[in-house]
Amino acid sequence: MVDITAQEIERCAPLDGVRTASRTSGSRIGFEDVSVAYGGLTVLKSLTLTVHPGEIVALIGPSGSGKTTALRVVAGFVRPSSGRIMIGDRDVTDLAPYDRQIGMVVQNYALFPHMRVEDNVAFGLQAQGAPRDVIRQRVPECLAMVGMSAYGKRYPRELSGGQQQRVAIARALAPKPQVLLLDEPLSALDTQIRRAMIDEIAKLHHDLPDLTVLYVTHDQTEALTLANHIGIMRDGEMQAFGEAQALFRHPPTRFAAEFLGRANLLSVGGLTAAGPGEARVRFGGAELLARNPHNLPEGRDCLLCVRPHHMRFAGEGAVANALTGVVQSVQWQGDVHNITLTAEGESLRMTCVPMAVPPALGDQLRVCFDPSEVTLVPEDAPRG
Amino acid sequence: MLAGSRAWRLAVWAVVLPLFAVLYGLPIAVIVLASLARTWNGALPGEFTLLHYAEAFRSDSLDALVTSLMTGAIASTAALACGTWAALALRRRVRLPARLLEAVFFVPSAVPSVSVGLGLLVAFSQPPFLLNGTRAIVLIAHFVLVFAFTFGNVTAGLARVPAECEQIAESLGARPFYRLRRVTLPLLTPYLIAAFSLSFALSMGELGATIMVYPPGWVTMPVRIFALSDRGAIFDAATLTTILGVATLIVLTVLSRVSSRAMLR
Repeated sequence: MVDITAQEIERCAPLDGVRTASRTSGSRIGFEDVSVAYGGLTVLKSLTLTVHPGEIVALIGPSGSGKTTALRVVAGFVRPSSGRIMIGDRDVTDLAPYDRQIGMVVQNYALFPHMRVEDNVAFGLQAQGAPRDVIRQRVPECLAMVGMSAYGKRYPRELSGGQQQRVAIARALAPKPQVLLLDEPLSALDTQIRRAMIDEIAKLHHDLPDLTVLYVTHDQTEALTLANHIGIMRDGEMQAFGEAQALFRHPPTRFAAEFLGRANLLSVGGLTAAGPGEARVRFGGAELLARNPHNLPEGRDCLLCVRPHHMRFAGEGAVANALTGVVQSVQWQGDVHNITLTAEGESLRMTCVPMAVPPALGDQLRVCFDPSEVTLVPEDAPRG
Repeated sequence: MLAGSRAWRLAVWAVVLPLFAVLYGLPIAVIVLASLARTWNGALPGEFTLLHYAEAFRSDSLDALVTSLMTGAIASTAALACGTWAALALRRRVRLPARLLEAVFFVPSAVPSVSVGLGLLVAFSQPPFLLNGTRAIVLIAHFVLVFAFTFGNVTAGLARVPAECEQIAESLGARPFYRLRRVTLPLLTPYLIAAFSLSFALSMGELGATIMVYPPGWVTMPVRIFALSDRGAIFDAATLTTILGVATLIVLTVLSRVSSRAMLR
């Protein structure tokens, strides 16, 4: 783990000779009705989004959803066919990448292989004409920030993947960019190193709270751990956007529910109001109570979203929101048991703590969930 | 798998090695042996001597070697500079004019070098381009002939330079020339050296165009070798051929070591 002292954080304040305009309060990133088209194919459709100063916004979505294109538009590597890109108060749409004052980290690190680690970190400062004494001071600071002080003299080929990514982050942060763009920065790392790096990036942002970060990933764990807000993209459009926890707990669309965390989506009908923000629905013969944050109208057919880890075993007595299903599969994954049930013809996944004696295939199982943990989602996902 | 077995590999080597030795090694061996022979009437040289080498380094042949080295170095350096510029300028341009221009660069390598020499001779024999009888026309001939190979090598190298490295450099504030100097060219170095090496080797052996345009004071080794062969001085021609080959080999070995160091990074 990276250990950053208060003095090191103090030293991260703007330095003379480095471009620091609007840096102290961070800079917003603004997409204003941005579209990108290649030939006749539109890969980003009228994206309007603001990343506020000091915020981390994660864009997630499947391959080809337009999330990387959105990031590359901010970086200046892709020119929008319409719309404007703002960084701080500047319209950077027509600016070259080198004039945008950004830091960027990509999946394959892209360290300069012919330069030592310290030269990689110094590159941005040198390119921007920072004085030598500033560079001499700043490079060790940045290496310390990512726990790579001992590796300054090494070449990138002499580092592991995780170490290379730390250097890439230090290199991006060295010139004190207004915004940091992270393009699937952990995708090339194995699971354990990725977990450690998620913690390190979270700590880094905690220590550099002014830094505005746009984070592109297809990994929901990274997004949920790091981001203040998450945007879910599909087919070049923003499908859903919101505060990370709210989006997870109350997904507005089927796609959002399925993409951000695993979800059971049960087709339910006969919606009736049941108090502020709540509704009753029918699932087969059962009547279920759920949150209705999207104010779906009465009588409407919709989906009931229940996360596998919110389901628990119900006792024999009368319990609200209880369903009976037949066990289809039981998988032990070390720290959890995954159970798949069939109830009313629909498949239900359940995650629970490891059991000494798990249910057998074909067993009848009674499960329930808390009304506050389940959400009604419109059946037809709105697009755009 | 038979193809992956040790026996199969040995069988392949047993065929390829003798074939290679006969097709490639035998002509070279004959030239080297001839350079060391006083007489050669039978299957093998009659007497061995170093007299031809002593003579070569005392005569105009040494000047021819220096001329060849200088011609190769100047033409290859110019071709490298221009080929690199052209490759960078045409990079990522897929439009027809760019592709046509690329094809034009390769035309001189697709026609006989004698024709290239003839073309230059005619083109530069009238004012304002009166270069006949000058060293410059030899250098131009070599430049025209090796340029396509330099351009092709650098273009291939550019395609392998990671675009992310250049983009990251830009995102860090590097303007185009700074990025070129600090990132693109260093990453391209192995390919630049390979391009220079190939051009240099081609230039060292170039005869067809040179013989059409060379002035009396700028005789290259291939021209001298051709003249000796034409006069029947086979042993002397073989000696100069060996010297030319060794000199080229030394230069290419040095360049190869430099390239290996660059590749290691």
